[in-house]
Amino acid sequence: MSTEKILSSDGLPLEVSLRKAERRNKIKALLLVAPLFFFILIIYVFPIGEMLFRSIDDRKITGMLPKTFKTMENWDAKELPGEPVYAALYEDLSYLKETKTYGKIIARLNYEKSGFSSLIKKTVRKINKFEEGNYKEQFIEVHKKWGQMAYMGALKRAAPKWTFAKYLKGVDLKYDPEGEIVQVPEDRRIHKILWMRTLNVALWVTIFCFVLAYPIAHLLATLPMKYSNLLMICVLLPFWTSLLVRTSSWMVLLQQQGPINDLIVMLGIASDDNRPELMYNVIGTFVAMTQILLPFMVLPIYSVMKTISPSLMRAGKSLGGTPLVAFYKVYFPLTVPGIGAGCLLVFILSIGYYITPALVGGASGTLISNTIAYHMKSSLDWAFASALGAMLLIGVLTVYWIYNKLVGIDNIKLG
Amino acid sequence: MGNSDSFVKFDNIDKSYDGKVLVVKGLNLDIAEGEFVTMLGPSGSGKTTCLMMLAGFETPTNGEIYLDSNPISNIPPHKRGIGMVFQNYALFPHMTVYENLAFPLRVRKIPKDEANKKIDKALSMVSLQGFESRMPMQLSGGQQQRVAVARALVFDPQVVLMDEPLGALDKNLREQMQYEIKHIHESIGVTVVYVTHDQSEALTMSNRIAVFNDGKVQQLSRPDQLYEEPVNSFVAEFIGESNTFVGEVIEITKDKCKVKLNTGAEIFANPITVKSKGEKTTVSLRPERALINPSSKMENNHKGKIEEVIYHGDHTRIRLDLLGNKQFILKIPNSSSNMDIKLGNTINVGWNSKDSRALDSK
Repeated sequence: MSTEKILSSDGLPLEVSLRKAERRNKIKALLLVAPLFFFILIIYVFPIGEMLFRSIDDRKITGMLPKTFKTMENWDAKELPGEPVYAALYEDLSYLKETKTYGKIIARLNYEKSGFSSLIKKTVRKINKFEEGNYKEQFIEVHKKWGQMAYMGALKRAAPKWTFAKYLKGVDLKYDPEGEIVQVPEDRRIHKILWMRTLNVALWVTIFCFVLAYPIAHLLATLPMKYSNLLMICVLLPFWTSLLVRTSSWMVLLQQQGPINDLIVMLGIASDDNRPELMYNVIGTFVAMTQILLPFMVLPIYSVMKTISPSLMRAGKSLGGTPLVAFYKVYFPLTVPGIGAGCLLVFILSIGYYITPALVGGASGTLISNTIAYHMKSSLDWAFASALGAMLLIGVLTVYWIYNKLVGIDNIKLG
Repeated sequence: MGNSDSFVKFDNIDKSYDGKVLVVKGLNLDIAEGEFVTMLGPSGSGKTTCLMMLAGFETPTNGEIYLDSNPISNIPPHKRGIGMVFQNYALFPHMTVYENLAFPLRVRKIPKDEANKKIDKALSMVSLQGFESRMPMQLSGGQQQRVAVARALVFDPQVVLMDEPLGALDKNLREQMQYEIKHIHESIGVTVVYVTHDQSEALTMSNRIAVFNDGKVQQLSRPDQLYEEPVNSFVAEFIGESNTFVGEVIEITKDKCKVKLNTGAEIFANPITVKSKGEKTTVSLRPERALINPSSKMENNHKGKIEEVIYHGDHTRIRLDLLGNKQFILKIPNSSSNMDIKLGNTINVGWNSKDSRALDSK
């Protein structure tokens, strides 16, 4: 191949003049995209990044006991540390007392090991009476816990700037006093149950949605225009109604004295004094979420079905396939991209669903998102909330990855 | 085998979609075994509806269709054993060529060895060996068409239906495929029912052509008969070109009649549908049957003025004003002897009375 450079008529190399000619368009395109880019950066990427960052951020305490942690770096945490650590601790605590900011470390240390609260308070009260030299003995004299490995070890574990403790907590694990990862006591293992329930609900809601949506989508795609338009409006109507209104109407329908229960009693399926509980449990969550997420399944499947020529089914039949065989061998495989898109959409939406489970879920129907909200609003443990959020995100990405492996992401069609 | 002259029989078929309009009206049609019959007609003439009823995708509103003397109205499409080539091929896009062809064999539970032989044979018939593992999207329009034909034939159906199969191809390819389909039909002798609105396609390929209009078969005959001897004015005008004169019969014998045109001129014609004096008639004459400066004495010999000359390569078309008809077309082969073909010239035009057919008056 010739490596000779092709020149354009003004003597410049072709590559250069092409770039020159295209530059204006490129700049124009970039300018058009720039506002959106900055918008996304400022209101999406930055806040979410900042929030996710909190889940591993443990710098506050690191900054409050700087000298202690510095001297602890050389300590192997096998037996009690030497004098320098205690001397540094003395300096840090004195400073905190002076600035009256020691309260802030108490909560953090107490989380690491309960008992730190009284320990720190007592020590700070007496720290002015400390004499120079031999701090270790003086500390232990003030409170014997300063001479226990459990507390000194906990202090060292609080040292790193970054921590994964919140993530461990999210799956009911924690660091024990020796720094090993262990399960939390059995009566406190609530998060695993929540995760499993969330996955379970998401899976079943996806399955219910698919079972209901497939025939609807097929009808939509095959009915004559005037009926299919009406049906399309029926499918879209929920979209135009507030999520809150829809969920509340389910509450009206599903309550124990509500119309559905009335019907059940009237049909003699249950007796009047033994009405089934359809709400404030997992049933309510299933029913309401399935109804609310149904359009997200119908629309992608519909848009794929719309592109399938009716002559394909006819061809299948004329070639000798029974309607069932023609459907199973010809029609169904062609709708798989739509099914994939719909299932992925519904699963991802339902795995992080919040309002509906919060309102109709009751105690046994709450999902991980409700716990996130609880930690955001009530317990104010934002780090934990953000860790749970990050885990949810990882979960969604995993689903996406598995889907890509199984079906291929190119094989997805939203319309 | 039953009655081989009416292997496929439409017996007094009516079809209505909405209960108000009849799309097909009292249709009778017999198709012999091994025959290539084309249903030809303008769109909306009911030809595709007939095909769909034969395939089983539509039910006749009235009447019965027989296949090999058995009524088939109550047999679902997949049990009729009729192969079909669809307008847009309808190849299964998620299957390879091999799988597409294997589909009808697999649902019939034909053993794999035998199926492979049949697929090989079908593919070689359309000269597409070696394309087994291609996906339909990777094939050109013509190749897809061949696969569709092979798929419709691979399970040895009694009848193959083709619904405007060449409509999506360009002109050259279409002509080539016409010959190929014709040859395939000749070599395997399957009964073919072919639907098209393209008359040259119909004339090239068929044994017989059924011309459809207004839900009825207007004429069912061999291509040459259809062209040379149309039985009514719709067929005469729909197939090929014809010059028409409107008038009234003033004299009639067994094989000749005299027609007085609205302009007052009189011409001799061949009475086809007219029976008696005083009937209104449309006289139809093929452009190539009229000659310039007729040497032998022809019954009809009139003067006309040249209004337009259109050069067509192998022939020239001349538009004349003749006996009040300003759209009278003449086709003359391009040779050096045509001297006085110039705009505005007046020339003599003559034709035999048997070539001008006196038909119904529309």
